[in-house]
Amino acid sequence: MAVGDVGIVFWILSVAIIVSACMVVSLRNIFHCALALILCLFAVAGIFILLGAEFLAAAQVLIYVGAVAILMIFAIMLTSNLAAKKITQTNENALVGLLVCVFFTLVGWVLLKKTYEGIWSHLELARPLPSDNILTLGKYLMTQYALPFEVVSILLLAAMIGAIVLARKENA
Amino acid sequence: MLAYLVLALVLFSIGLFGVLTRRNTIGILMSLELMFNAVNINFVVFNKFVATSALVGQMFAIFIVVVAAAEAVAGLAIVLLLYRNWQGIDTDNDSVMKW
Amino acid sequence: MITKFAFLIPLLPLFGFVMIVFFLRWKERLSAVFSIMTILAAWVMSVIVLIETLARHGEAYEAFYKFVDLPRFILEIGILIDPLTAVMLIVVTTVGACVEIYSVGYMHNDPRFSRFFAYLSLFLFSMLGLVVANNFFMIFIFWELVGLTSYLLIGFWFEKKSAADACKKAFITTRMGDLGFLVGLFMIAFYFGTFNYGGVFAKVGEGVIPAGIITAASIFVFCGAVGKSAQWPLHVWLPDAMEGPTPVSALIHAATMVAAGVYLVARSMSLFVGSAEASLVVAIIGLITSFMAASIGLVQNDIKRVLAYSTVSQLGYMIMALGLYGYDTAQHGHSPGFYAGTFHLYTHAFFKGLLFLGAGSVIHAVHTNDIQEMGGLVRKMKTTAITFMIASLSIAGIFPLAGFWSKDEIVAAASHHPIFLVGTLGIAFMTAFYMWRLCFLTFWGEPRDQHRYDHAHESPKNMTYPLVFLAVMSVIAGWVGLPWLHQGFASFVYHGEAYHPHANYLLMGISLIVGLSGIYLAYLMYYKKSISAEAMAERFRPIYKLLYNKYYFDEIYHAVLIRPVLAVADFMWTFDARVVDGLVNGTGWLTIKWSDIKLWFDTWIVDGAVNGSGWLVRQGANILRFLQTGSMQFYALFILVVLIVFGVFKLEATAVLVGWPFVSIIFVLGVTLLWLFTRSAFVRGRNGGQTKSEE
Repeated sequence: MAVGDVGIVFWILSVAIIVSACMVVSLRNIFHCALALILCLFAVAGIFILLGAEFLAAAQVLIYVGAVAILMIFAIMLTSNLAAKKITQTNENALVGLLVCVFFTLVGWVLLKKTYEGIWSHLELARPLPSDNILTLGKYLMTQYALPFEVVSILLLAAMIGAIVLARKENA
Repeated sequence: MLAYLVLALVLFSIGLFGVLTRRNTIGILMSLELMFNAVNINFVVFNKFVATSALVGQMFAIFIVVVAAAEAVAGLAIVLLLYRNWQGIDTDNDSVMKW
Repeated sequence: MITKFAFLIPLLPLFGFVMIVFFLRWKERLSAVFSIMTILAAWVMSVIVLIETLARHGEAYEAFYKFVDLPRFILEIGILIDPLTAVMLIVVTTVGACVEIYSVGYMHNDPRFSRFFAYLSLFLFSMLGLVVANNFFMIFIFWELVGLTSYLLIGFWFEKKSAADACKKAFITTRMGDLGFLVGLFMIAFYFGTFNYGGVFAKVGEGVIPAGIITAASIFVFCGAVGKSAQWPLHVWLPDAMEGPTPVSALIHAATMVAAGVYLVARSMSLFVGSAEASLVVAIIGLITSFMAASIGLVQNDIKRVLAYSTVSQLGYMIMALGLYGYDTAQHGHSPGFYAGTFHLYTHAFFKGLLFLGAGSVIHAVHTNDIQEMGGLVRKMKTTAITFMIASLSIAGIFPLAGFWSKDEIVAAASHHPIFLVGTLGIAFMTAFYMWRLCFLTFWGEPRDQHRYDHAHESPKNMTYPLVFLAVMSVIAGWVGLPWLHQGFASFVYHGEAYHPHANYLLMGISLIVGLSGIYLAYLMYYKKSISAEAMAERFRPIYKLLYNKYYFDEIYHAVLIRPVLAVADFMWTFDARVVDGLVNGTGWLTIKWSDIKLWFDTWIVDGAVNGSGWLVRQGANILRFLQTGSMQFYALFILVVLIVFGVFKLEATAVLVGWPFVSIIFVLGVTLLWLFTRSAFVRGRNGGQTKSEE
């Protein structure tokens, strides 16, 4: 498999991501799943750093690991009966789902490979990203992407209020 | 580049498998996060190798992270609501929309 | 000058009719009062118009509006007020008012009281319109209106079959004459180019129209008069018209419908003087009618029928006089005929109206028309009896009552024509006889039906007052035409140049003697009974039977006209029933059969197709519904599978990849899909018990 010149760090992170992701979707204990998710997200953050997206890696750790995963764990502890670990965590779609996903991967791989060979390989740039890309990102957020930035803020606000309204007890 | 893309593809497929197969609603949400991450990896890969100057891919990834966070908040709130009403969050318990 | 507004005279009764029909129908008393008010108003206007016409020394007043104005043809709506019109207006409104007032009592308790007054108003409107019209076209319109309203009135009690038959008979018989009138009108329109009286008569005078055309047109116009005025041979409807309420008979006989015919002849006299032949025909028909009707009147027993034949006879008199005038004038002679005819029309209206109203009063009292069941009624109904006898004296031509003067003039008009003179005197004798036969049988002698006699009573005041008024008129109306007057009727109503009557004492004496002898004979036969009526009847049995059966006219018409028509109609009916109905029914039958076939087709083929497609959809849905598992993940899986299939096809399309791996991928995906279907059925089986929304 010609995956190109990527180095050992990538391989370590890749293995970590795939293994931990498999754990997320297959472990019986949902709590363990959440822990595996955290590991996976960390590894993805590492990939981001490899790709020169340092700010995104930091945001990944802060938002995903620090907020979303913790939120998940809270939800798990609020809802799940942790004693009932014997219950199968997969539904009756499991086998066919696996099959379909394998096919998806295969088809996707063939597509990626062919497209890469056909188009992307000619576009691939050798030069690295500018080292001050965090600065540039910040400038963009305040200038060119100000409107999406504000819109997404409102979206967050709405999600927050919605969550409060939904989770609130009726007679509280 | 192709290695990164294949990694993202595999991660996406695993997430997809999780979405399709987990009975636990929180599990589905976690699988969704995996899929989001796969997509983010893709964006960042293309940003690095194809269109470096504008940082569009990273910008997009950031917004996706934010929206994913919002999605997680709303989704978990719904899960709590489901739990409160049905004393369970398994997806095949609430098949009320079938024939 | 009220004459300008003379068009209101006919419109007033029309207004009454409209008001009654649309607003007052539900209030009987109000209807009657309103109707009487309108005719009284018309009467007042007529009087004023007469006075104004006198003041104008008989000069004609004409006003019209042209509503068709073509180079060779003009149609107008207008009024013509000349002495003849003015006199006719007085006659019609006077008799009309008396009849309407009388009807309040006579029609009392009739269920269609208001309608009766509405019809009377319409009738008077038609007649007055006919009188004031200034052209032949208008007169024809009103002529037909008179026919229509007489139909309505004669058939007023249409529940009675005889009344229904009578009104049809009147309508159809007069229609025969109207057909001739219409042909005459066409001829006038074609040859004269105008309907206006003045225009037509001027052309006759100019002599630009061939004599034959004038003769033909005159005779055709006279056909209308024959129908309306019940002249031989179309007289048969009038006696039957007695089936209508008696006030209607009075109105028809005295002032309106039958007078219309005479009026038409008088009005178009200028046409008749243009043709001696036509005038002679008129005179002869008048004489025949008069003689025939008088002779029939001798033997009838129905009080109204006797009066009816008397009317026919008197109308014949008038027509004869007018015809003789036309004949004499055409021969450049000199004749009092026009004056005699119109004068008799005028006086006759009063005493004939009185006779009918009196007869109505009698019938009202004894509830029978048969004079053989009456007798001695003078003791019970003094007013009626006295007024009736005054009228009888008047019609018999006894000095100095109205009838004497007008009849005297007719005799004078006939005096130059021996045959007509003899006929006239004979008719006068018969008239006196049958009228007094009627009087003696009705009012004198012993009651022949005690029950009816006991039951009889004098009529209420609103019935007797018109009688008294008309009785007075029957006496004095003739005095405007005294032969010693220089400015009398004759110098007012005339045709051509004014006629100055001179008293012919010989003729007066003869006609008086004839009248008195008629009365005396009746007296002998029916009061003193010194001559037995039965013996006379026995002795002249064939004649008696002939007269009693009215010369068998009805029977002859029945055999000659009606039966062939009925036979043809019968044949037509059979044809209709067998062939036409057969065709129609056959078509219907075919349609039904055809629609049966279509029904079958519809039920089995069309409905089958519709239901079949529905059934197919339902069965398909029965299979496909298993896909609706209600599990979102299952749906997502399905979406994914389809996505992959499309991705594969995309690859195939871009020819990136071909060969066995690909075929195997498609094969595996197909198997997966199939398996998904079957598994969803399995899921259904497992969750079937707890499905919440199972229908």
